[in-house]
Amino acid sequence: MNKMNAWLRGCAPVAAFAVAMGGASALAADAAPPPPPAIDTGDTAWMLISTALVLMMTIPGLGLFYAGMVRKKNVLATLMQSFAICCIMTVVWMVVGYSLTFTSGNAFIGGLSRVMLNGMGAGISKGSDVAFTMAAGTSAATTMTIPESVWMTFQMTFAIITPALIAGAFAERMKFSALCVFTIVWSLLVYVPVAHWVWGPDGWVAAKIGAIDFAGGTVVHINAGIAGLVAALVIGRRKGYGHDDMSPYNLTYAIIGASLLWVGWFGFNAGSAGGANGRAGMAMATTQIAAAAAGVAWMCAEWIKTGKPTVLGIISGAVGGLVAITPAAGFVLPGGALAIGLIAGVVCFWGATGLKHMMGYDDSLDAFGVHGIGGIVGALLTGVFAYGPLSATDASPDGVSGSFAQFLAQAESVGVTIVWCAVVTFVILKLVDLTIGLRVSPDEEMEGLDMALHGERINS
Amino acid sequence: MKFVIAVIKPFKLDEVREALSSIGVDALTATEVKGYGRQKGQTEIYRGAEYNIQFLPKIKLEIAVPDDMADRVMEVIQAAANTGKIGDGKIFVLDLENAMRIRTQETGENAL
Repeated sequence: MNKMNAWLRGCAPVAAFAVAMGGASALAADAAPPPPPAIDTGDTAWMLISTALVLMMTIPGLGLFYAGMVRKKNVLATLMQSFAICCIMTVVWMVVGYSLTFTSGNAFIGGLSRVMLNGMGAGISKGSDVAFTMAAGTSAATTMTIPESVWMTFQMTFAIITPALIAGAFAERMKFSALCVFTIVWSLLVYVPVAHWVWGPDGWVAAKIGAIDFAGGTVVHINAGIAGLVAALVIGRRKGYGHDDMSPYNLTYAIIGASLLWVGWFGFNAGSAGGANGRAGMAMATTQIAAAAAGVAWMCAEWIKTGKPTVLGIISGAVGGLVAITPAAGFVLPGGALAIGLIAGVVCFWGATGLKHMMGYDDSLDAFGVHGIGGIVGALLTGVFAYGPLSATDASPDGVSGSFAQFLAQAESVGVTIVWCAVVTFVILKLVDLTIGLRVSPDEEMEGLDMALHGERINS
Repeated sequence: MKFVIAVIKPFKLDEVREALSSIGVDALTATEVKGYGRQKGQTEIYRGAEYNIQFLPKIKLEIAVPDDMADRVMEVIQAAANTGKIGDGKIFVLDLENAMRIRTQETGENAL
């Protein structure tokens, strides 16, 4: 994302230059300190709105999308997963997640200087705040035009939706207590490190591999998709999978949820420009185009293959397109977005229908089939369709353009994410299974999680 | 008295009720039910997962009428619920021993 990659690579020489200049002026005189960087109200307004839009993607967007696809007895439990993860992750992010992701530490993990959001109020005076400089005082310092409180909360909404996406893979059978523990541990051992590698001030995936990820194709979607696949394999299929009727209770919920995801995604992608600028505008356009193209592509593929264009199909395709354009949104032009959307629609259709049934795992709501597969398609194609001038800066006048070398860098970052996420997720799930147990009892699964876990039902 | 039970397609409920009103039947009970018959089930596909749904949604009507109206009720329901396709449903007529209106304790045909 513009957030870090392009800035980091572009800004490092600038920062070094500034340090040199700072040294010279310090020698000259003890002049008045430079004024703190000012915030841009337009950028800040857009980031405030984007933050709210991304939160809406999880509650109620993703909650409804998933709840509409489960059976009636599990609707509330599924909504509860998204809502509870929202609450839990907010606290985790506040306590330590943000600090470990976005402060400078080493190439693999951030530091502890913002634990409990310590120091967040340092720039505030008379109700106003200075602009946020990430990794201030280091060679990787990056100054933005918004307050740190906005940046921290914007990023918080990403940390919320990622574990919530995984829940689609183990829907209708995971213990709620196990879900809570898994969410906390997974976010700290998988999400936070990968986000630091890709977006942190000194992360190695951005710096060493040179991979680009505008809004979270690897960090959010491949991470969630792979974790979902591992979870589906570890926890096993739902009781009755393959012969019982597991048709969705109410696809109306799912279409409302998918539509909220779509609208919220403008905050996710255009907000990842970090401000209200031309790149945000292009990210919004490419997001819309890719989502629509993927919806059409899935619909047509399904129409040809099974004879009927389904509601669940077109909304799944649109979500797949949104996933695929996520890493590319601020790097590609509308033509590239159309291609990414069309390809993602067909490939995700195959992922959620052909691949899943061929392999026999029960990724119940296709967390892997849509988010994992779509994320991989998008991350790779970003390296093909990237248009240099969109990410060009003074320090890096060519920006990042599509090339075979960039494609390989993208593939490497995808591979790194898959390996780390798969291995660590597997270990966490096994440990949770050994201690508190991952899965509800067969009786509870038959009864439905709404009553068995929460003592409630959607209607009487 | 006769007790008429009719199982019909759900979207025909309003037409059947209006037809029955027009011949003076002004009380009936309708229940959402699921049934299985010659229509068999239907196949639903969700993201490639096929479900063969055996039981299909129907509406069950229960109507108590005086003896002399039973044949007419059957004809009217048949005419209104007929689409000519398999799955239109069935009508059963049973003898009804007694009936009581709870509020007034009237019994027999007076209670209908």
